[in-house]
Amino acid sequence: MKANKLSIIGQSLPKIDAWAKVTGETKFADDMFLPRMAHGKLLRSPHPHALIKRIDTARAAALPGVYAVITGHDLPRVKFGILPVSQDEEALCVEKVRMVGDAVAAVAAVDEETAERAAHLIDVEYELLKPLMSIEESLASPDVRIHEYGDGPNVHKAVSLQFGDVEAALAGSHLVREDVFYFEGNTHLPMEQHSAVAHWGPDDKLTLWSSTQTPHYVHRLLGKILDVPPAHIRVVAAPVGGGFGGKLDPFAHEIAACKLSRLTRRPVKITLTREEVFYVHRGRHPVLMWVKTGFAKDGAITGMHFRSWLDGGAYGSYGVASTFYTGALQTVTYKIPVYKFEGARVFTNKPPCGPKRGHGTPQPRYAMECQIDKAAEQLGLDPADMRRRNLAEPFTKTANHLTVTTIGLGECIDRVVEASGWREKRGKLPPGRGIGIACSSYLTGAGLAIYWNDMPHSGVVVRADRSGLVAVLCGATDIGQGSDSVLAYVVAEVLGIDPKDIRVHPADTDLTPVDLGSYSSRVTLMAGNAAIQAAERLRAKILDAVATKLEVESDTLVMRDRRVFVDGDPDRGMSFAQAVVHAESRFGVLAFPGSYAPPKRVGKYRGGGVGPSPCYSYSACVVEVEVDKETGEVKPLEIWIAHDVGRALNPLLVEGQVEGSVYMGLGEVLMEEQVFRKGVHKFPSMLEYKSPTTLETPEIHTILIETDDPEGPFGAKEAGQGPLLPVIPAVANAVHAAVGVRIDEIPISPDKVVKALELKRQGKPARLGPEKLPLFTFPEPRMIESAFGQPAEAIAERPFAS
Amino acid sequence: MIVPVHKSLLEVLREDLNLTGTKHGCELGECGTCTVLVDGLPVLSCLALPVELQGREIKTVEGMAENGHLHPLQQAFAELGAAQCGYCTPGILLTAEALLGDNPAPSRQEVREALAGNLCRCTGYTKILDAVELAALRMQRSGSPA
Repeated sequence: MKANKLSIIGQSLPKIDAWAKVTGETKFADDMFLPRMAHGKLLRSPHPHALIKRIDTARAAALPGVYAVITGHDLPRVKFGILPVSQDEEALCVEKVRMVGDAVAAVAAVDEETAERAAHLIDVEYELLKPLMSIEESLASPDVRIHEYGDGPNVHKAVSLQFGDVEAALAGSHLVREDVFYFEGNTHLPMEQHSAVAHWGPDDKLTLWSSTQTPHYVHRLLGKILDVPPAHIRVVAAPVGGGFGGKLDPFAHEIAACKLSRLTRRPVKITLTREEVFYVHRGRHPVLMWVKTGFAKDGAITGMHFRSWLDGGAYGSYGVASTFYTGALQTVTYKIPVYKFEGARVFTNKPPCGPKRGHGTPQPRYAMECQIDKAAEQLGLDPADMRRRNLAEPFTKTANHLTVTTIGLGECIDRVVEASGWREKRGKLPPGRGIGIACSSYLTGAGLAIYWNDMPHSGVVVRADRSGLVAVLCGATDIGQGSDSVLAYVVAEVLGIDPKDIRVHPADTDLTPVDLGSYSSRVTLMAGNAAIQAAERLRAKILDAVATKLEVESDTLVMRDRRVFVDGDPDRGMSFAQAVVHAESRFGVLAFPGSYAPPKRVGKYRGGGVGPSPCYSYSACVVEVEVDKETGEVKPLEIWIAHDVGRALNPLLVEGQVEGSVYMGLGEVLMEEQVFRKGVHKFPSMLEYKSPTTLETPEIHTILIETDDPEGPFGAKEAGQGPLLPVIPAVANAVHAAVGVRIDEIPISPDKVVKALELKRQGKPARLGPEKLPLFTFPEPRMIESAFGQPAEAIAERPFAS
Repeated sequence: MIVPVHKSLLEVLREDLNLTGTKHGCELGECGTCTVLVDGLPVLSCLALPVELQGREIKTVEGMAENGHLHPLQQAFAELGAAQCGYCTPGILLTAEALLGDNPAPSRQEVREALAGNLCRCTGYTKILDAVELAALRMQRSGSPA
C-alpha cells in the first residue's frame, strides 16, 4: 500500500477501547465477580532467608468460612521459571524461603477477610539463615548459598564476550576514560494490583483470567506447574491496568488460585495488595557498571569495554536475558568498531528483578551517555555535535553482530537541539540552571522467543461474514498501550473500512492464535505484520469475488470508505458488506490467518540471541533543569524528545507512549528506589515510594520522526520503551551543566546533590558515585570477530512471508 | 441500604452495588484511584465509611454520563488519548469534574494542582491535562454545568 493513499494509518484517532475506559466499563480481572466465587489469600514469608521446618494449617482449615488451605506439598514438586535456563521458582515454597514475600501457603474462603484471617492462623516454623542483601555480600559469602545452581556461589550468570581487539584500539586512542556508575533498582508500580480468577470447571478443565502481559507463557507454564495437559487449560487475558514488564512472569497467586479452584470446585479470585505488588516486583535491576572507552580527538569512539554487575534478587526470572541486555545495545547508536562486554548477575535475598520498561538497557545507557558527556567536556566538543558526527550507519551490522536498519537519530538530535534552543542555552543559562542531552536506541521486538522454536511469534486470524462484521483474533494483550487499536487500524486500512467496523477480541488461548505477549516492544511490529498478512488474504478473496461480479479485473478495484469499487469510477461498486456476501458465497467461510516471525539474523555465538531485533527505534532528549544549591533538589523545567518511530500509525498514541516513557524515566532518575532494610522493603507503599505526580512532571515536547522502516507494518517501529532511556542521562548531564557536579548514581536524590556540592566546595572531585568494584573474576571472554560495518542481510526476509 | 459498619465505601460500591468502575490502587489513601464525589467534592472511597455518609449524594464514574451523553470530560479523555490502561481514569475524571465545578476555567497549573493527588503511571499526565483543558473550553462554550 502506498503511503500517500493511506486513510486510517497516520490519523490521530481515539483508541477503540477508549469509550469503555472513560465510562469505567472496562472489566479488569478484579472486577470479575462470578457466582459461588471464593476469595484467596497467600501467606508470605516474613524472613529474607530461612528454612521451612514445619507448616501446620489445621487452625486455618478449622476457621468457619474457609474452603481450602494448601501448601507446596499440595502442588506437583516441580520448579519453574519464565526462562528455560532458570527453573528455580516454586509457587508455594516447601523447604526454603529466599526473600520476604515468598509465598508458603494459600487459603480460599467465603470472603477476603476470612481468607486473610485464616492465612494468619497458619503456623510456620522457620530456621533463619544469613540473609545476603547486596552484590558484595553475596559474592563475599560463598558458604551461604541462595541457590545451588548458577555460574558460581550466588552467581546466577556470568558472561564475557569480546568482538575485536579492544585493548589495541584503546591503546591507540587520543583519550581513554574509565568511569564507574551505579543505578539503583526501582519498580513498575502499575496502578492495578495483579489479580487472577481461576475456575476449574466440572469438565475438569481450567480457565484462568488474569492481569497478565503474556497469556501464552502463563498457559505454557501452567501445564508444567500443575501437571495438567496444556490442552485442558485456557488462559484469558483481562485488560491490564498497567504492566511495564511487571506482569510478565507466572505468579504464585495465579497458580494458587488454580489449585484452590480445583479443590473447592468454585471460581477462586486472588488479588494482591499493594504491599504484595512491591514484593512480587520483577523490576529494574540495581546495576553497578564500569566502562572504559577510547575516543579520537573528534569524539569518535574507538572501542569500548563494558562491565556490569546486576543485583538479581532471589530468583532467575528473566535475569539471564537482563544480564545480556546490559551489554547488548551499546553498539547500535554510535559507531563502535570493537567492543567487549562482561556481565554477572548475582542472587540476593530480595524480590527478584526482571524486565521493566527498557529491560536491562536504561542502566548501561545512563552510564554510556554520561561518559560521553564527560568525554565531550574533556575534548572541548559540543556533546550534541559529538554524538551527531558519530552515528551508526544505517543497514549495517554492529561489532556484536546486530543488524540495524533505518536510523533516524541524526534528525532526532537536530530537532531537539533546535526546539530546545540548545545552542543559545548551553553554557549560557543563569547559575543553578543547566541543559543536558542524551540519545538512545531500543528493540522493536526480540528476535527470539524465550523458548527455542520455529513457530510464529505472532498469529492473527481475520474473519468476516455476511453481516459485514470483521473480527480480529490475536493473542496479543492490550496493556494500555493501544495494541488492540493498532490491530484495528491496520486491518481497517487494508480493507478500506472504519476501525469501528472491527472488533478486536482479547487474548484467549482457546480462541486466539498465539502471540508471545506484550514485552520487548514487539506487538505493533509483529502482530501488526501478521494482521496485515491476514487482512490482505481476506482482501484478495473479496476483490476476486467482486471482480467476477462486476466483470472487471480485480486489480482495477479499490477498497475505501467501506466500499469496494472500480478505481476512478466510485459508482461501479458495492458496499463492503455486500462484497463480503459475494466472497462468502464464492469461497465459503472467510477466516484468514497471518503469521509473523522475525528475520533470522541472530549472531552466531553463544549469547547472540539477546539483542537482535527486526529494527531499532532511536530517541534524542534534551532536558533543562534547575538545581537548588541549598536543598539539592533537581527540578526539571522542560523536556524535548524526538523519537524515530519509523511511522506513527496513530500519532496520538505514539505521543502518549513517548510522554509516558519520559515520565517514567524522570521518576527513575530523580526519586524512585526499590531499597531494603534488614530484608524488608523500606517503603512498600505508594505514599513513600516516591513517584512523580502532576506537579513533578514538567511540560514534555514530543517530536515524532518517521523513517519508514522496511521491517515494520506500514514502516512502524516501537515507541513504548525506547523514549525512557535518554531521559535519565539527559537529566544527569543537565545537573552537571547546572551546578558542575557529576552524580554517577541513580536516583539523583537531593542528598546526593548536596554531598557532591559539598565535595566541590572542599575542592575535591565534584563527583558522587560508587568508589569501588566487587572482587570478581569474569570468565575468559569468547573471542568473536567484530562484524562492525558489514552490510545488513535478510532485510524484510522472514519466515511465513508468502 | 444497610452495610456492615467496618466496610469502606469502596468495598460497598464494588462488592455490594456492583459499581466496579471505581478502582483501587492502594486502599490506604495514597494514590487517588478510588476517588468518588460526595456532595460534589472528591473523596477517597477507600478511606470513607458509608456509616458516616448517610443522606449524602455519592457520584461514581457510572454517574457521569447523562441521558446517554458522555460528560465533556469523558469525551475529551477518549478523544485525546488521556486514558491508556484506564485504571486511574475514573478517579481522575471525578477529581477533574469537581475542579471544573469549582473553577470552570482553570489554568494549566491549577489543573496540575487539582490532580496532584491522583497517580497515573501510563500517560506522563500530558494528555490528561490537555483533555481537562479541552473539556473546560467546550463546557464554557456550551454553557453546560460542570
